[in-house]
Amino acid sequence: MSKGRTILASTRFELTIQRLAQELLENYGDFNNTCIVGIQEKGVVLAKRIIELIEKENIKLKVPFGKLDITFYRDDFRTRKEPIKAASTEMDFLIEGKKIILIDDVLYTGRTIQSALAALQDFGRPDKVELLCLVDRRFNRHLPIQADYIGLTIDALDEAYVKVEWRNQTNKDRILLFAAK
Amino acid sequence: MTETKELSSKHILGIKDLTAAEIQLIFNTAKNFKEVINRPIKKVPSLRDVTIANLFFEDSTRTRISFELAEKRLSADVVNFSASSSSVKKGETLLDTVNNILSMKVDMIVMRHPAPGACSFLSQNINANIINAGDGTHEHPTQALLDAFSMLEVFPDLKNKNVLIAGDIKHSRVALSNIFCLKKLGANVKVCGPPTLIPKFIQKLGVEVEYDIKKALEWCDVANVLRIQLERQEIKYIPSLREYSQYFGINKKLLNSLGKKITIMHPGPINRGVEISSDVADSDQSIILQQVENGVAIRMAVLYLLAGKRL
Repeated sequence: MSKGRTILASTRFELTIQRLAQELLENYGDFNNTCIVGIQEKGVVLAKRIIELIEKENIKLKVPFGKLDITFYRDDFRTRKEPIKAASTEMDFLIEGKKIILIDDVLYTGRTIQSALAALQDFGRPDKVELLCLVDRRFNRHLPIQADYIGLTIDALDEAYVKVEWRNQTNKDRILLFAAK
Repeated sequence: MTETKELSSKHILGIKDLTAAEIQLIFNTAKNFKEVINRPIKKVPSLRDVTIANLFFEDSTRTRISFELAEKRLSADVVNFSASSSSVKKGETLLDTVNNILSMKVDMIVMRHPAPGACSFLSQNINANIINAGDGTHEHPTQALLDAFSMLEVFPDLKNKNVLIAGDIKHSRVALSNIFCLKKLGANVKVCGPPTLIPKFIQKLGVEVEYDIKKALEWCDVANVLRIQLERQEIKYIPSLREYSQYFGINKKLLNSLGKKITIMHPGPINRGVEISSDVADSDQSIILQQVENGVAIRMAVLYLLAGKRL
């Protein structure tokens, strides 16, 4: 892999996540009938950070949180070169009639989100689903899927690769852009 | 143990061909599927483009239903075939039967057959993923996987755990697959049964032989109890089932005399009152029904992992 360029780190990174948490607080207030669902594995890390901030802001809040693994819902698993390892799904609530905030780190082709929406259906019929992502690669979509809350918008070529690193995994919060994977 | 992300073979013919890392991969995948089958909607779309034929040339209840449910919960299309109601009766060969089914665009074959090696023979001659659901007295890999998976729900690790396999070892494919699987996972294995039903040279597989069921039970942490397979015995190996039950049958009194609590398993079908008494089969020491539940998850994992491999 070529050397990556850091496009967001330290203070600005922290501020971006804080802003996303604030946006959710503004729109959902007490998070009544609302749950946050993180897509395994990086989406879960982002979701946890955002929930941490929300609950720090309003200490009375306890936001229902689920982890969703979409491996078994992918439409490309039989055509991929590399096998993918499934992670665990932990959704100990039904989403029937609830508002869902779906969280992932990078929105790229939209296929992950498509699979996640299919997976969500297996837990009931939500009232509304919104999408939050830290990075939106807006010119690389394969499907008509858009995010409602965006941390950073990136214009990159199809060959490029965006990677988000988290402080609890690599000691540093940052977003890296590689010219090729 | 090194980790692996995929199975090296396109088929599951026996545990003998799997590595410990591959077995672990199947277990990790099965854990995810166990969560899926305990949801209100027990279905995922992974295999929606896959057609699977279940070919059962021998009777089966559990394995067949378990495979069929596993396939349906992965959204595969399923066709069932049983030898008793097919052209096999009219004299068609195995290869012809399977090739005809494959011409109808079937991707995977799950087969049970009375002849040892039938699945291996097929895998050399046809172009489909093959899963062995029991071939004669040879292997029954998914059963061994679900047995070990169920043990791992009781113990965190099977290293140096003592596992007893009791009963008709000679005619049991479950015994052979279990021995391969447990040895690969580092367990100590002992077999126990009447001398006529213990194969010669079984020690070469790294297992010990014990003829006294009480001593064997005292040694073990888990006892996997097998049925006497009368349908495979052309000659008399034991004087009578009643006598077998007296010498090798496991009842509550015997278990209570051990001074420790062991886990009881049985692959089914149970002959209550012969190899195991009802109060043992239904006791809290028995994980027989958990084995059945895990069977679906294990088979989903195997089907899923094989479907990911292109032919």
